[in-house]
Amino acid sequence: MGLFDRFQELRAAHGQIKACGADPFGVKMDRILSSTEAEIEGRHTILCGSNNYLGLTFDADSLAAAKASLDKYGTGTTGSRIANGSYDDHKALEQDLADFYGKQHCMVFTTGYQANLGAISTLAGPGDYLLVDADSHASIYDACRLGHATVIRFKHNDPADLDKRLARLAKEPGNKIVVVEGIYSMLGDHAPLKEFVAVKKKHGAYLLVDEAHSMGVMGKTGRGCLEHDGVDADVDFITGTFSKSMGAIGGFLISDHPDFDILRVACRPYMFTASLPPSIVASVRASLARLRAEPEMMTRLWQNVDTLYDGLQAKGFRLGKQRGPVVAVHINGPELAAMAWHGLLSNGVYVNLALPPATPSGTALLRCSVCAAHTTEQLEQVIEALGEVGRQLGIIPAEDGAGQVRAAAE
Amino acid sequence: MGMDAPTEDSVLAEIINALLPFKKSDEPITAETEIARDLKLDSLAVMDLLMVLEDKFDVSIPLNMVAEITTVGQLAKAVRDQKAGA
Repeated sequence: MGLFDRFQELRAAHGQIKACGADPFGVKMDRILSSTEAEIEGRHTILCGSNNYLGLTFDADSLAAAKASLDKYGTGTTGSRIANGSYDDHKALEQDLADFYGKQHCMVFTTGYQANLGAISTLAGPGDYLLVDADSHASIYDACRLGHATVIRFKHNDPADLDKRLARLAKEPGNKIVVVEGIYSMLGDHAPLKEFVAVKKKHGAYLLVDEAHSMGVMGKTGRGCLEHDGVDADVDFITGTFSKSMGAIGGFLISDHPDFDILRVACRPYMFTASLPPSIVASVRASLARLRAEPEMMTRLWQNVDTLYDGLQAKGFRLGKQRGPVVAVHINGPELAAMAWHGLLSNGVYVNLALPPATPSGTALLRCSVCAAHTTEQLEQVIEALGEVGRQLGIIPAEDGAGQVRAAAE
Repeated sequence: MGMDAPTEDSVLAEIINALLPFKKSDEPITAETEIARDLKLDSLAVMDLLMVLEDKFDVSIPLNMVAEITTVGQLAKAVRDQKAGA
């Protein structure tokens, strides 16, 4: 059997998707015009799938901080924190984040993926148990494979199901660590953290919450789902990323655990990779400072969420159940979804095509993400383009006001 | 503590029953049927099946075991082993 033979089925599936007219997983952005617009194949395109929730990728302060840092520190650290040392900004960013979350300790990672990979694989050791939500991100599943703990999966966003599975482990001596996400990246729903906290306390388990898609999005000051649900003090570990609302790249782990710092010489995805370039660290510090100074940026984001969600719902699309900056449009089948995705791109709207097994329950999605910097006109264009493509492909009924007609019929 | 330890056949029968919706041909599902190759279950579907079996047999089946399970018979053995060890 040849080295690449086992990818035969994957190649065939990818080929079928590409037959829609373009490769959804190989889009080339020719020019980035702003945090909400790009030029793709010569077309002016609205970006509605970038996770750039606060639109800070071109924030003047963040740009200036990054440029100054480039001149001061150079282009990269050329090594890991343990080998090449920490720059003062790495330490300062960790302090900023610990302050922001009101916790003692923070470790910064080079990507959000590595933050989950490192935190989860290192915290849970041999004989310990990881209880992970069924819809967890790939970084969480990969962390489970990298570590040596026993892994049990519970039903998505279902505290009663977690309770049942923890009860089965009651007599097992190992530590139990429950892993959930704030906002889930595919369907945009968020974890019922109050209920999860009650279950983890009942069983003496630890709780880790990944706030990747909820930092700078939920909670009065932008700390995420834990702030929204008022459970800051009951969450034992927080992970997150700088590649969404912070507009850059990188990840973090935060905790009040007194022995936290030993992780710096135990956590392999932290130890054996080059640290973040100082210019990135500087831009993230500036973006975080902006969020802390101006949390009302999130008000604009949520107004935009309402515009897109209500607009698509009125067109008759089937959307993710909880509204938030990830707006998932359900499409029946990968091929139809790929055709709709390509139709949108041809009409100057970029969204994400999300297909199983990256999506829950075998569903195909046009995954939109909302940005605080989107104008109402841009979102109306997105809604019209989706409506047009949806009608052409029979995803929504052909007549106008389909949403109202359907709502009345139900 | 294995109060009413399920027999080899009863576990296998329950699993085959749970797999019926995935049947791809007239060939009966047996202990030798391969879950991924013959029934086309992807990794997500296998993990979902484990959850169903955990509840059916009131047992914990760690995801760590998935890599070692190819056939229906191996899955039945994994369930029995976990039940016996519970």
